[in-house]
Amino acid sequence: MRLLNRSVGRLSRHRRRPLAGAAVLLVALLSTGGAYAALAPASQAEQEKDNAALVAEGKELFMINCSTCHGSNGEGITTQNGKLYGPSLIGVGAASVDFQVGTGRMPMAQPGAQVEVKDPSFSQDEIDAMAAYVASLGPGPSIPDKEQYDPETYGSEKEKEEAVTLGGQIFLTNCTACHNFTGAGGAMPRGGKAPSILNTDPKHIYEAMLTGPQSMDTFSDGNISPEEKKAVISYVESMKEQPDYGGFNNGALGPVTEGLVAWIVGLGVLVAFAFWIAAHTTRTNQTKKGSAK
Amino acid sequence: MSTDTSKVAASNGTNAAAPASKPTKAGAAANWADERLGLGGLSKFLSRKIFPDHWSFMLGEIALWSFVVLLVTGVFLTLWFKPSMAEITYQGSYAPLRGIDMSEAMASTLDISFDVRGGLLLRQVHHWAAMLFIASMMIHMMRVFFTGAHRKPREINWVIGATLLLLGTLEGFTGYSLPDDLLSGTGIRAADGFMMAIPIVGTYISFFLFGGEFPGDDIIPRLFTIHVLLIPALLLALIGAHLILLIYHKHTQWPGPGRTEKNVVGYPMVPNYISKMTGFFFITFGVTALLGAFFSLNPVWKFGPYDPTKVTAGSQPDWYMGWPDGALRIMPGWESHFWGSTWSWNIFFPVIVLPMAAWMVVLMLPFIESWITGDKREHHLLQRPRNAPTRTATFVALMTFYAGFWAAGGNDIIAIKFHLSINQITYFLRAFVFLGPIVAFIITRRWCISLQRHDNEKLLHGYETGTVIRTPEGAYHEKHLPLPEDEAFAMTVRDRGRAGEEPELKKNGKLSLRAKLRAFYYDHDVDKPTPEELSEAHHHAEHEAHALAAHEGHQVDGHDFDDHRHSAIEEPLSH
Repeated sequence: MRLLNRSVGRLSRHRRRPLAGAAVLLVALLSTGGAYAALAPASQAEQEKDNAALVAEGKELFMINCSTCHGSNGEGITTQNGKLYGPSLIGVGAASVDFQVGTGRMPMAQPGAQVEVKDPSFSQDEIDAMAAYVASLGPGPSIPDKEQYDPETYGSEKEKEEAVTLGGQIFLTNCTACHNFTGAGGAMPRGGKAPSILNTDPKHIYEAMLTGPQSMDTFSDGNISPEEKKAVISYVESMKEQPDYGGFNNGALGPVTEGLVAWIVGLGVLVAFAFWIAAHTTRTNQTKKGSAK
Repeated sequence: MSTDTSKVAASNGTNAAAPASKPTKAGAAANWADERLGLGGLSKFLSRKIFPDHWSFMLGEIALWSFVVLLVTGVFLTLWFKPSMAEITYQGSYAPLRGIDMSEAMASTLDISFDVRGGLLLRQVHHWAAMLFIASMMIHMMRVFFTGAHRKPREINWVIGATLLLLGTLEGFTGYSLPDDLLSGTGIRAADGFMMAIPIVGTYISFFLFGGEFPGDDIIPRLFTIHVLLIPALLLALIGAHLILLIYHKHTQWPGPGRTEKNVVGYPMVPNYISKMTGFFFITFGVTALLGAFFSLNPVWKFGPYDPTKVTAGSQPDWYMGWPDGALRIMPGWESHFWGSTWSWNIFFPVIVLPMAAWMVVLMLPFIESWITGDKREHHLLQRPRNAPTRTATFVALMTFYAGFWAAGGNDIIAIKFHLSINQITYFLRAFVFLGPIVAFIITRRWCISLQRHDNEKLLHGYETGTVIRTPEGAYHEKHLPLPEDEAFAMTVRDRGRAGEEPELKKNGKLSLRAKLRAFYYDHDVDKPTPEELSEAHHHAEHEAHALAAHEGHQVDGHDFDDHRHSAIEEPLSH
């Protein structure tokens, strides 16, 4: 510690020399510029080329699969009566596409109060292409990296445990009102619902928070920071791994299904036993076995 | 009561009674206790007490035994539960909540669930037993009403039973509120809102109960005292009174040969019912224990501690509070503002007025019925539900009313599980709670009347044998056989016509309300056949019965009844 202080002290003495500032600036500029020259141009050019190809591929897929409702340029379509046929996709970002298509919500099977989740119709490569195309229409949230959403990427077990505790509180404050305390889902007005998130991929949970699909709020990074988003996902994932301590969880829906179990299983069995006990009694009105018929 | 040997000796004649041989140890102990407590007389009375046998008489027993389970498991829980709202930081075994601030009540509930050996099992057994306690009280009440066991002299016992149901519900709600988890806190918050919706005095009641503004620091300790002391004491006392009256009135019985309004035909307490009841106690305990072991109930660790900023979808009360909750959910948002105060009819009507009114109606049912029918006689023989069509239909209507609100209490779960719109469910149930009971009443009454007619048909023409006979002309008819005599007897043990006398007309010559209701009560009621009708029918059937006697004990077919005619193919042709 003392050694460190001494070296810091020496550094700070040098720092006060008149040329020090200029020297530091020079070094910084050189190293940044050098690194940029060494790494960026080639890869950027390649990336741009790749990206252009990806966007072109995405556009082709978009024109075939999405443009009927979202318009040839993703501008959205409004009916003559002013109703929204398909919303504009300008500025929704790649994350939106990855979520909607990746969970099978899009292409939509039928219009209605709730876009149903189904098996995805496209491969991840195709989804990436469409996401790149939609991202090219206007700036929007991009697809998160694995480090951003995967609870397995925490440095230590302790760090993960702390994230689960924090995430649980954020989950109970922001998510349970619609998705239920277990994430089993809940009802929304007019046939809509907050779907169950018990089988949702962590990446898609992250994207849903970021983009706010359907009735869901958008939890921007200013509202729930990326670290907090990851903590929420860690909590949800840990709940999936957690055993049902109390036994069968009755669908994890709360007191309604518990009441059903009490009436049907509990009372049903007890009434059956009452029937059984009453049926086994001293019989006076029946002929004994073996007696004359 | 000690045995007086002097009298025995005197009545035996000349010789003094031989001194009793030395009693066994058990006998000596029993004698010691008897001489001081008089147990002999009581146990002699109780052990010889006769009870009739029927499965439906055991439904109340489920309530009794689940109450015993509640007492036993409840005592265990009080050993660990800390009824305090003091805030502490949780440091127990459940990792996802470690380091979170919560009340001692919540922390000790988590400790019971995760750190006390067998704690979670017993907590769940306690909760399941509570659910079953109230459910079994309700089906017991249905049995009593549908069979007419609430009639004189048992009206007071009906009132006690209805009070037990209300107290059981309150006991359940206070218990549900104790853990101070997110669900129970939401429940208390709702209860606070219900109280405040009472016009004028509401806010004062709320402040009085919470010791100030919600939530305060008092509510959990206060609910704890109510839950473990006040209501259990009342429940125990009323259950005692309920059982004493049961013994005093003697149990009702189904009609049958040898059974009258003045006797009870059945088996004695010892050895029959003492063994059956003990067995049923262990079965009830076993079923609740299995439920507690295999079915999760109120996983408080998933809810986390209560925090007014949090709420969860699927926040419902336990099932017995579900119907007022449902009423609240489908009530239109009516509110008035007078002199700067808000009158929340949308809360006051469904949660305060409706349950209290419904309870009063249930309480008054025996008195309303006897007022309408004018029947003031004692009844110890039960009625089949069909033989009181209007009564049966009334209760089914009440049950439908209840069921509509009950369904509304789970409207969100119904919506997501059946892919329905929660709004449409609400609109449907708003109409259903008014129209459903009317439809249910009409259907049930007609159903009962049809069953009465069917009974009469069986009495007059016998039961359907399932043997179909084809006549030579090609017509078909089914063979009927007379009912066994004891069954026919049991079916005919019922009143003919109206129970009470015809009500008088009012001074203006019109029918009084009571007279109109009485006419409505007995409208379309089918009388049992007269003795003349029966004897005529029997005379008619005698011939057939005689023919049948030859076939008793083996399978019959149509040829047993067609004089063994041969088929036309076997007949010689005329030309």
